[in-house]
Amino acid sequence: MKYICLGYIEPGKFAGMTEDEQHAMLDECFEYDDHLRANGHFAAGEALQPPETALTLYWRNGKVATTDGPYAETKEQLGGILVLEARDMNHAVQLISQHPGVKYGPFEIRPAADLNEMIRESKERRRRSTER
Amino acid sequence: MLEGKTYLGGSTLAARMHTNAASFRMRRPLESLASAPRETIHNESIAATFVKLIRDDRFARVVVMSERSTEQIRELLDSLYRADSGRILATLIRLLGDFDLAEEAMHEAFAAALSLWPGSGVPDNPPPWLISTARFKAIDSLRRRARLNASQDELARHIEAQWNSPERSNEEDSVEDDRLRLVFTCCHPTLPPEARVALTLREVCGLTTEEIAKAFLITPRTLAQRIVRAKAKIRDTPIRYEVPSSQELPERLDAVLQVIYLVFNEGYSAAAGAEVTRAELTGEAIRLGRLLSELLPEPEVLGLLSLMLLQDSRQAARTSPAGELVLLENQDRSLWNREKIAEGVALVEKALKSHRFGSYTLQAAIAAVHAEAESAAITDWRQIVALYNRLVRIQSSPVIELNRAVAIAMRDGPDVGLALIDTVLAHGELADYYLAHSARADMCRRLGRTAEARSSYEKALALTQQEPERKFLQEQIRQLK
Repeated sequence: MKYICLGYIEPGKFAGMTEDEQHAMLDECFEYDDHLRANGHFAAGEALQPPETALTLYWRNGKVATTDGPYAETKEQLGGILVLEARDMNHAVQLISQHPGVKYGPFEIRPAADLNEMIRESKERRRRSTER
Repeated sequence: MLEGKTYLGGSTLAARMHTNAASFRMRRPLESLASAPRETIHNESIAATFVKLIRDDRFARVVVMSERSTEQIRELLDSLYRADSGRILATLIRLLGDFDLAEEAMHEAFAAALSLWPGSGVPDNPPPWLISTARFKAIDSLRRRARLNASQDELARHIEAQWNSPERSNEEDSVEDDRLRLVFTCCHPTLPPEARVALTLREVCGLTTEEIAKAFLITPRTLAQRIVRAKAKIRDTPIRYEVPSSQELPERLDAVLQVIYLVFNEGYSAAAGAEVTRAELTGEAIRLGRLLSELLPEPEVLGLLSLMLLQDSRQAARTSPAGELVLLENQDRSLWNREKIAEGVALVEKALKSHRFGSYTLQAAIAAVHAEAESAAITDWRQIVALYNRLVRIQSSPVIELNRAVAIAMRDGPDVGLALIDTVLAHGELADYYLAHSARADMCRRLGRTAEARSSYEKALALTQQEPERKFLQEQIRQLK
């Protein structure tokens, strides 16, 4: 089963570290990612550029509008996303507990939603509507 | 991904129901193995043949020498995982002294097998290979963590030292003990009862967090935390990973039997409902009972297994096609499962012969008398009353008193039964127990005291939320008019 792990970090925390500290953090995080990869647990993952690089889209007065910055202004911001392949929720918890990144900010684990049934039903609706 | 999901989805629980390998649990195969691209449809019988072949020394060399594709190895590993991961995990927990480290190391060992075996061939005896590989993986993992935390290095060295100790040669013999240790650890009285159930189902039965949560109608998030806390408690207390001494055994075994019976009842009471997953808990409990009766054939273990089998034998007759409960006396006895009855009766006879039996055996004996009667009318109620008389002596509880009263009513008539039920109700403990009121209503109905019967049925109806029970009570009230 897939679990989406959202890693949060306080903006500026990384930049505020010494070079040695930064290297240590990166090395241990990358090493653990490799370990996850080697065992088939790392389905996908990306690090995010800082929140100020974000552009947020929303719907206003019948059209799309944009604003600078992240959608939610919170103390800790989303810093990276990891898609984890695990046997069950406790296995996911166990794998992420060992991730060095958890020392730098919280991780939120969410099971992937299975939309296959919804997609199938939607396809069926669309097929019927084109037939008509 | 889609394919992996179909293969892993609801099918595992269903598959578990059809296995005859009683003590083997059907663990969900490794996701990381199964989620990789699959070219062929999983075929268990082929994989099972491989397992048999490689376990048989005469064939070992032939099999090792023949080249096998990654796909075949994957099937073999899935099969090994289903059959042996319970034993392997139990041994690794002993060797590594940590649930999470053991589980992780076992997963890594299976992943290593998948990448190595297509080239190197399958080892003669895979479980020891997997255990030893997992151990090296655990040491690696501790070394990796040691760079952050020095105490982990000490642990790694300790595990390595153990590896070279003479104790190692006994490993094969203690594998069964390891499973027993695991059962006793998961059911330790220090853990909260709901945590015992969750841990046992996940670690011993191999169910996933999501499956257990679904069966107990709670969110996976809540259950996951329950398991995390229970494991932390085992680590921090620490709860020793061992089979209790003979002094402690009766009490500790009782805790284990309670967990198994709770799992059974959770499934049994839900069996009439729409939730199929809950009903499968009865099968899981019976499998646990079988495992325990193989590892530790104490009379009460056999008694509990017998009780579960005998209750489960009535499964098909307990509910009408419309989902309504059917009382024992009205059940179509031709629907009772004869195989389960025969097994249950044999087990209870064995337990009774030991003369060291307790309440589970006596309850099983009562169920056996029912099971052997061709109809409610010709049931040996004298024997049932005699068994209840013994039962109340060793485990007096209002519910048992109530059941005894009903049995006496069957032997001596509803007037005697009503007087006894009123005495039990007068104690107060069963004031909110719907079955007590329902039983009282039944006595009144038989005595022609319709108004009293209706009032008691209505009391019972107000006290239960279970749909089949409610339907049953409503029907009883309707028939009074």
